[in-house]
Amino acid sequence: MPDNTQKPVLAIRDLRVAFGDRRHATEVLHGISMHIRAGEKVALVGESGSGKSVTVRLAMGLLQDQKRTHVAGHIWFDGIDAAKGGPEVARRRGNRVAMIFQDPTSALNPTFKIRGQFRDVLRSGDRSISKADADRRAEAALAEVSIPDPKRALDSYAFQLSGGMNQRVMIAMALANRPQLLIADEPGTALDVTVQAQTLKLMHEMTERTGTSVLLISHNLGVVREFADRVYVIYRGRIVEHGTTAQLFHDPRHPYTRALLAAIPKISGGGLPDLPERSPDFENPLIVHEGCGEPTEAFA
Amino acid sequence: MSNILRSFLYRLGAALIVMIGISMLIFAIARVMPGDPARIALGPNATAEQVAALRLERHLDAPLPVQYWEFVKSVATGDLGKSLYTNRPVTTDIAQFLPATLELVFVSGILMILIGLPIGILSAHYRGRFPDHVGRLISLLGVCTPAFVWGVILQLVLGYFWGWFPIEGQLSQSVTAPPAVTGFMLIDMALAGNGAGFLDALHHLILPALALAMSGLGQTARLTRSNMNEVYERPYVEMARAYGFPGRRIAMRYGFRPALIPTLTILGLEFAAMLGNAFLVEKVFGWPGLSRYGVEVILRKDLDAIVGTVLVIAAAFLIVNIIVDILVNIINPRIRLAAGRA
Repeated sequence: MPDNTQKPVLAIRDLRVAFGDRRHATEVLHGISMHIRAGEKVALVGESGSGKSVTVRLAMGLLQDQKRTHVAGHIWFDGIDAAKGGPEVARRRGNRVAMIFQDPTSALNPTFKIRGQFRDVLRSGDRSISKADADRRAEAALAEVSIPDPKRALDSYAFQLSGGMNQRVMIAMALANRPQLLIADEPGTALDVTVQAQTLKLMHEMTERTGTSVLLISHNLGVVREFADRVYVIYRGRIVEHGTTAQLFHDPRHPYTRALLAAIPKISGGGLPDLPERSPDFENPLIVHEGCGEPTEAFA
Repeated sequence: MSNILRSFLYRLGAALIVMIGISMLIFAIARVMPGDPARIALGPNATAEQVAALRLERHLDAPLPVQYWEFVKSVATGDLGKSLYTNRPVTTDIAQFLPATLELVFVSGILMILIGLPIGILSAHYRGRFPDHVGRLISLLGVCTPAFVWGVILQLVLGYFWGWFPIEGQLSQSVTAPPAVTGFMLIDMALAGNGAGFLDALHHLILPALALAMSGLGQTARLTRSNMNEVYERPYVEMARAYGFPGRRIAMRYGFRPALIPTLTILGLEFAAMLGNAFLVEKVFGWPGLSRYGVEVILRKDLDAIVGTVLVIAAAFLIVNIIVDILVNIINPRIRLAAGRA
């Protein structure tokens, strides 16, 4: 369990951001405050367009230097305020915050091999690392996330690996420099549900092992319930509710949170939807029992 | 590498078919153009008998397919016929004029890449800021101003007002031409060990090459910029930024390299198009090249010379395209690996 007395790893105070020309700027975040302590797993939950992605991109320092972006408030991380942006923020955050993305395959450069990108990542943590050292560490990192043949994965292009493999590569890269904070922006949403679940499990294990704090961005409350210690609910650029995961799920206060919870598809209630009596195509059954390659009883 | 070789042979075969098609087309077009080539060649004072004799000598009265067959037979032996204008074998004329054009186009191509790509990269990297505005202005001017206008502007400003460069020709009058070994002025100068002559030739080459390069250079910069801006929206660039990679590394490895693949294809077309644009520049700068020769023989309806020149330029065009295709295959791992599996 995270230590509640510790200083937060990331503290966002009254963060406001507006896009557009100075006179006609549209404010999209109206004073967000949140914090993450060391080793804590925090989820930021909200619907599309609620400001989740803007918040984390600001925390990463990715938006500050763009034109027509006006930021007010504070993003305290590692002793500096990242809200104002600038080259110092980019340099400092490099190996202390890592990020993994929705679609792992498109988050890897298609024109060179995993090896080269892994070197770039390790170099951002240690400028003087040699190629041989980087390759050794990359191999070890890939082995840690249970990639069967790390050497071969390093010599592959992202488009040669499966989505699940790429997700593992991304997690290995993200944790290679032992960051204090891992930001996961709807990880695996682009993958199928099984692989997504594996990804989250792996992320959970790995960050437990390294003691890395996690900020999970999601609109999937099922995932959040499994994963997070605390939850912030964001709605139209404001944090409308926050609390421990248990509190939030048992006793939601804000109507929006209640609406979100009500939107989780439930298996109980109406019972399972009726299955057709016969599978339409027995030669190519849709569901195959793991291991024996035969159609499951439900379909036979 | 064998799949690259296979795709090379495939492209070579396709190019051969294109060449045959072009030869038929230009052969027919040259012959349906109005005017009697024999009459034009001999001038208004020649007698009807002389004209008839020349027509007979050149098989000009035979049916078109017979003429084409005669032509194919002679091409197979490396003979492109005889120019009615210079009265020399067309191959001799081409050998004399082609190197100057190739030299011009090659140096233009290098300028196009060396200036166009960096402008595009800087524009994309400093999107919406000062370097981008300057880069876009230069590339827009490059694209929308014809090569001969650039020729005259460069001659006036850099040649006449400022006197930095010679205005026309391949060499200064005080410099003697080197013995023709390859026909390429720069290479022959270097082979002759004439350093001063080499620099003089290069000095003469820069303005026409720049004038010829401007349009392709602008196009290259614009394409590089727009392709890079598109790549900058991809998640892997955001990832590179999120990890705090150095700006130059993000620009070159994560922005420019993926953007180069679509740019390179157009770059090849621009390069090949220079062979056609070279005429105007050769005219303005008094450059003794093949494009100028080609226009002169067209105006004189010099049948064999027209066909020969067009075929040589078409061959150069196809060769450049094959080279570009191979380069694209090499830098794009997806195509390279897919070709291996197919």
